Order: sequence, then structure tokens, then C-alpha cells
Amino acid sequence: MLVMPEIPFLICFPFLTALLLFFTKNDKLKALISYLGAILVICAAGILWFDWLKGGYEPIFLYQNTEIVDHIIFVAEIVIMVLITFLCFKYKKRIICLLSIIPTIIIAFAEQININPTEKLEHIYIDRLAMLMCTIISLVGSLIIIYAVGYMSGYHMHHKEVKDRSNYFLALLFVFMGSMFGFVLSSSLIWLYFFWECTSVCSFLLIGYTRSEEAVTNSFRALWMNLLGGTALAIGIFYFAFFERTLSFRSFIALGALGDVYAILPVALMAFAALTKSAQLPFSTWLLGAMVAPTPSSALLHSATMVKAGIYVLLRLSPAMSGNITGMMISLVGGFTFFVASFMAVAQSDAKRVLAMSTVSNLGLMVACAGVGRPETVWAGAFLMIFHAVSKSLLFLDVGATENSIHSRDIEDMHGILFFLPLLAMFMFIGIAGMFLAPFGMLISKWAALRAAVDEKNIILLMFIVFGSATTSLYWSKWMGKIISHPHAPAEFKDITRPNEFVSLVLHAVMMIALCVLFPFVSKVFVDPMLVEMFGMSGQVLSQGVLYILVVIICFVFTIPLLSIFYSHKIQTNRKLSYMGGINEGDNCFFTDSMGEPKRLWLSNYYFANKIGIRKIMMPCQFVSAGILLGMFCIILGAIL
Amino acid sequence: MKTKIISVIAYIILAPIIGGLLDGIDRKISARMQRRVGPPLLQPFYDLGKLFNKQVIVVRSSQSFLLLCYLIFMIITGAMLYAGVDLLMCMFVLSTAAMFLYFAACVTSSPYSTIGASRELIQIMAYEPAVLLTCVGFYLVSGSFEVSDIAFGKFSDIIYLPGVFLAYIFILTIKMRKSPFDISTSHHPNQEIVKGITSEMGARNLAFFTLTEWYENVFLLSVLALFITNRSPVSFLAAVIVILVVYFLEILIDNCSARIKYFDMVKLAWAVTVVLAGSNIWILMLVKQNIVN
Repeated sequence: MLVMPEIPFLICFPFLTALLLFFTKNDKLKALISYLGAILVICAAGILWFDWLKGGYEPIFLYQNTEIVDHIIFVAEIVIMVLITFLCFKYKKRIICLLSIIPTIIIAFAEQININPTEKLEHIYIDRLAMLMCTIISLVGSLIIIYAVGYMSGYHMHHKEVKDRSNYFLALLFVFMGSMFGFVLSSSLIWLYFFWECTSVCSFLLIGYTRSEEAVTNSFRALWMNLLGGTALAIGIFYFAFFERTLSFRSFIALGALGDVYAILPVALMAFAALTKSAQLPFSTWLLGAMVAPTPSSALLHSATMVKAGIYVLLRLSPAMSGNITGMMISLVGGFTFFVASFMAVAQSDAKRVLAMSTVSNLGLMVACAGVGRPETVWAGAFLMIFHAVSKSLLFLDVGATENSIHSRDIEDMHGILFFLPLLAMFMFIGIAGMFLAPFGMLISKWAALRAAVDEKNIILLMFIVFGSATTSLYWSKWMGKIISHPHAPAEFKDITRPNEFVSLVLHAVMMIALCVLFPFVSKVFVDPMLVEMFGMSGQVLSQGVLYILVVIICFVFTIPLLSIFYSHKIQTNRKLSYMGGINEGDNCFFTDSMGEPKRLWLSNYYFANKIGIRKIMMPCQFVSAGILLGMFCIILGAIL
Repeated sequence: MKTKIISVIAYIILAPIIGGLLDGIDRKISARMQRRVGPPLLQPFYDLGKLFNKQVIVVRSSQSFLLLCYLIFMIITGAMLYAGVDLLMCMFVLSTAAMFLYFAACVTSSPYSTIGASRELIQIMAYEPAVLLTCVGFYLVSGSFEVSDIAFGKFSDIIYLPGVFLAYIFILTIKMRKSPFDISTSHHPNQEIVKGITSEMGARNLAFFTLTEWYENVFLLSVLALFITNRSPVSFLAAVIVILVVYFLEILIDNCSARIKYFDMVKLAWAVTVVLAGSNIWILMLVKQNIVN
């Protein structure tokens, strides 16, 4: 029998590293442990890849008898429940602890259900989707940890009011990574639930890191929303286990895809849980609140972990949502979120808020793709997930480094950072280009989603995509324009990015560009077979030929500007002042105001905050989406009762 | 393959000539509408030649290379269309080209140029949905996004896509920056935004811009022709006539309307897109299961 020791290593090692970090106070040692941990995780993922390749890409089942581990997990669940209850009482949010106690009891009962003895439950299951997730988590997650080591010491130099607990912070990042590995690899519903709760608690603790009043409020908001999802998940698992006498995630999906009566409600509940985790409307506010934490945690939440856990579940469930009412509910909510969140992103000038809203928006598109549940849409959804993970992580880390240097994360203050922080600006540019510009991955995936929506004759999703992508390009291009504009004033900022932050940024950028160039290859070798595994048929939307043309265009996008620079250097030019109606003050920074005094020229973008700001439209949108969810649940309940 | 290469080369050579002539016609007709004699038909070419020979005056030298990129990407867009590849891909490359224009305008940090650039972004947001829906409409009718399949269908696509056609004409006005949607630039420099996005472009840079505009107009009108053309050669003649009629219509609208507020433009453009293009496509999805034209 196969053992594959790297799998328990991937899951347990981050936990052990975290434990070690938790008791390390020395700065040097802390950094060393973190680097080693991150590198070892990448190595373990590499070994896993190697072993899996040796097995010929076949799905692997492992660990049928895990009685001891089951007991450990049960105890750990109780510990988590006690921890949440304690914190809820400490911060006087007592109601919330019910959302932890109730599902834990339900799961405890679910474990007592007599499982069909003929079925052997494998606890670990490796297939292409799981491998894809493992790759994202290990690469992006480790890079974020490497970045975090440097970032946190800089953070505590600027934020004296926050108590330095960076060892705790790093430990949490490792715990988070470990739970994500557990989550994507486990095939037992009980294990799945346990790791699900782990990620919820981790994000709660990370958001509350600074312990300021705002952080506490926001962390509890994140907690109750995610625990609500967890409760739905627990109910779904119990219901399913009670009627079907199995705890296997695989049979869960298989029965769901067959339209089994007892699987309809659990699938809907699990999909609902995934909506809370990936911060879809009406649950988007927790992800916005998550920004109070230091930047690496935002990067981790937005790119490699947490929100991607929701997407992972939905992609897994997509065969079971194909063409039924649950799928319709999910795709409607996702499409709606994509559309309105991109509006809200237009109105933000805080860089991190723009990133957060764009995450919500892009996740909406992925959710919609998974909800439609056809191979074509899942192809688009998988690529959206891959590209989003890398470029969003890059952007968050870059904004964090920029904030350390210019002490602001307002996009208006980034006017002309290309001229005073050229390297950071360049990475930001690459990240943004990756999010929306023509031949880069996100846009191609969006294109695939558009085609899939047309093929599915889904007019509502089509309209959401068409209008949503128009607003999406508005807020990104606005930001790009700010980066390259000439500065308002000679700036005296110094780039204080640390080498380890820099290494992480460079690797991200390299990964980003490599992914764009290797796009056709990844599709052919990996994603398309993944769809065959999930649906039994291939679902590549864009033909391989089109993908090759796109790679050629990518090369154009890089070479043409270079050639043009080369050419335009040869043109003899005469520099003159910009036109200001004849009231220039001798340079481009000042003009004469109506009192005859020199006044600094200040250029700003459009934001329309009073028309489409979060305050203005978040509430109505939450009501609409909650209405959709409620209505659909009523229909589902009506169908099965 | 051979015909494709010939048509691409023909586009690259002929498009600026046709674009310039259309510009000349535009000026002539506009002048007549305003009871002026107007410049000679070839005046745009004289202007272009003059611009190329003038001393280059810039606010920021990086503008030249960005405008050059704008020109090259626009040529690539058109070349892709005439090579008969995926229409959506053409549109995406077109949006990249538009991005370079935006960069060229806002890199200067000049007040009028920047305001023009910001407004240009809003114009892009206003017309983009209709452009995408046009591609979708073609796809639904001909079962393919390939331009070569769309252009040579059994029937003219306009039979199935009257709403999309109208929406496309509507956003054409925005795309060509003609009144009432000359939001990002104005026809005369003595208005509130001066020349908007082109305020700081002069000499060779303005020549690049003008040349790109000609290429763009020919590209946009070629997409318009896709609505009309089918297998018979007569339809191509009809397409030319339709293009001329639409172009005249644009000039007429340009001359008899005043600039509106940008927010009204977005609302109007989106409403037209949803009502005309959206409902057209919806009906198409519902009624026809598999149209393969």
C-alpha cells in the first residue's frame, strides 16, 4: 500500500513549525525558522508532485484506517470550540459562540452514525484539482511568509502602538497554510469540516492581530460569517451522512451529480458555506474588514488561502451543481457580486480597498463559473483562480511595501511613483496588467467565461460579465495611469523594501509572466485533463491555436514598447511647459491662482464615491443577494419536502 | 492563406488612405452644413505631412513612445481582423491599444490632458459592453467568433441582429469621439477642456495620433461591414453603401448636437446597450437553437 509520507508532512509540518515559532522570541531565529519552514513546504510539495507523476497522474487514495487521527481531530475540534467560546465571552460577543458549539455537536453526532461497513472510506484523495490547489498554496503561501518576515519587523517599527507579537503572527500564517493543505487533500467530510473550521479561526485570529477596537470588531464579523457557513456545512454533512450512511466527499459529489434526493440539500448547504468563505454578497463585508490586519495576512487571505478554499469547494461541487437550482443560485449570486463589486471598486481610492473589492468581484466570476457547472466554465474558473492567486498576492505585497515607503496606501498619493519608487511601481504595473490587460491571463479567462456563458445561453450571466468587465477595466486603468504620471512635486521618499520582501516580489512577478507564457501548456497538460477527471469530458473553451496566438501577442506587448522606446530616443525633442491657459508659474507643478499667488497643481482621478460608494450601494446589494439566496433555498426545500 | 496575407497588407497600406479621405469628406460636409466652403478633400494628408516635418515639442518625452505603441497596436488590431482571426481577440487588442492612448495622455501630468484621459476611460467604459455584445451577437448567428466565418455567411447577419446593429452605431459615435459624445476631447481648442486628451500632443506625436485615428475608423467601419456582408459579392457593395450612410449620419449628429455630461453618456449608452443589444441577443438565444449561418 502507498504511504506517501510527504502528505502528513505537508499537513502537520506547518503546525509544528507554528508551535516552534510560537515559543521563539529571538528575531534571527524566528526568521530562520520561517525561511526553513517555507522552503521545506515547497520541497514537500515538489516531492508530492514527483510521486504523483511517478504514479502517472492517476488519482491516489490513501489512509483508510485512521482511528487515532480521528480521535486527535475530534479533540482538536473541541479545543477550537472552547477557544472560540472563551474569546467570545472575553470580548462580550456571546451569541457568536453558539455558531461554534452547535456545529461541533452536530459533527460529533455525525461521527457516531453507523457508516455503511462495505464502503472503505479513504481520508486522503489526490487528483489534479487537489494538486493544483497544493501548488498554489505552497508556492504563493511560502512566498508570502518569506515576505512577512521582513515586513513585520518594519511594521512594528512604524506601529509602536501595536504590541510586537510577530512570532505569533508568523505562526498563524503557518497554521493557515497547514489547514489549507489538509482542507484540499482530505476526502472525509469530517476532516473537511475540521480544516474548514481551522481556516475560519485562523483568519479570525489574524484579523484581530492588532487588538485595536476596529480589529476586534472586524475579526468577530469575519468569525460569525464564516462560522455561519461552517454551521451550514455541518448540517449538510449530518443530513447527508444520516441518510446515505457515508462520509466520503467523493460519493457526496457523485450522488449530487446523479441528482440523488438526499444529496440536493447538502450540496446546496455546502455551496452556501463556500459563498461565505469566498466573501460573496451578502457576506462580502468580512473580507473588507480583514484589511485592518498587517498586509501579509491580507495577501494570504486574498490569494492562496481562505477565499480560495471556497472556490475550491465550488469547483469540486460543480458537477453536482450542473443545471440544477443550486447551480443557478450560485451562478446568480456570483455574477451579481462580480458586477456590483466592480462598481464599488471604482469608488475606492485606498489601494487595499480597491484590491479587496476586486478580489470580491473576481471571486464572483469564479463562483459564477463554478455554479454553471459545465466543463467550459470550470476551465475558465480554474484559470481565473490560478492567475488571480498570483497577481493578487503580488499586488498586495507590493502595496504593503509601498505603504512602508510612502506611509500611505492612497492611490492618489501614488501619483508618479514610477519616478520615485521605480521597482515597486514596476511590480505594481505587472500585477495590474495581469489583472485586466489584453493578452494576460485574467482577461483570457474572462473571455473564456464570456464564451461559456454564451454557449450555455445564460443571458443574465452574460450581461453581468459584459458590464462587469467594463467597470473592472475602469478601476485598474485609473490606477495604472496614476503610477506612470509625472509626480506633482519632487518626492523625497526612499525605497525601504527589505531584500526578503524584494525576493518575494521578484519571484511573484516571474511566476506571473511565466504563467502567461506557459498558458497553452498548462491548459493542455493540466487543466484539460482535470476536467476530464471531473466531468468525463474535455472543456477547453479556447482552441489551442488561439492560445498560441495569444502567446505571440504577449511577446508583442513586451517587445513593442521596448522597440518604441529605442526609436523615440532618436527623435529630437524640445521640452516645453504644459498648457495651463497661460498661467504657468515657470514649471509644471504650479499655476497662478485667482489671487495672483502660485498654487500647486493637483491632479486626481474620478471616483464617484457619492454615487457608487460602498456606503451607498453595499446595503441594497446585500439585501438583493440575500433575497436571491433565501428565495432559492425556499425552492430547494420545497423540491425535497 | 495567400488571400489573407494580401488583405492584411492591403489593410495596412490602404487604411490610412481611406481613413484620411473619410476625414476629408467629414471636414467638407461639416463645412457645407455650416455654410462654409471647407478645405480641399486632401487637406488631412497635407496636414499630416506638415505635422511630420515640424519640430517635436513635448511636455514629457515618454509620450512619443506611448503614442507609437498606440499606433502599432491599432495596426495589429486591424491586421488581425483582416487576417480573419477571432473577433473578440481583436477587440481585446483594441482595448490594449486604447490603454496606450490613455497612458500617453496622462503621463504628462498636464491638467487638460489628464482630464481628457480620465474622461476617455469613462468613454471606454460606456462603449465596451456594446462592443462585446456585438461580438457575441455575431457568434450566436454564425456559430463562430472567427471573422472569416462571420463575413461569409449565407445571409447578412443584420437580419438576425437589428438591435445589436443599432447599438453598435450608437457607440460608434462615442468611439469616434463625435458630438454629443466628444467628452474626452473637443473639436475646438477654445472650449473648457481645451483639446482634452490631445492637448499636449504636437507635431509628430499628433501625426501618430491622427494616423491611428484613421486606422481605427477603418477598423470600426469594417466591423460595421460584417453586419452586411455575406457570400454574394453584391453584399460587399451594399456594405460600402451602408458604411457611407452611417458615416454621413455620424457627421450629421456631430454637427447638430452639443456635448452632454459624461454621466449621462454612460447611462444612455448602457441603456441603449441593454435594451437594444441585450434584448436582441436574449431573443436570439431563446428562439434559435442553432443558427449556423
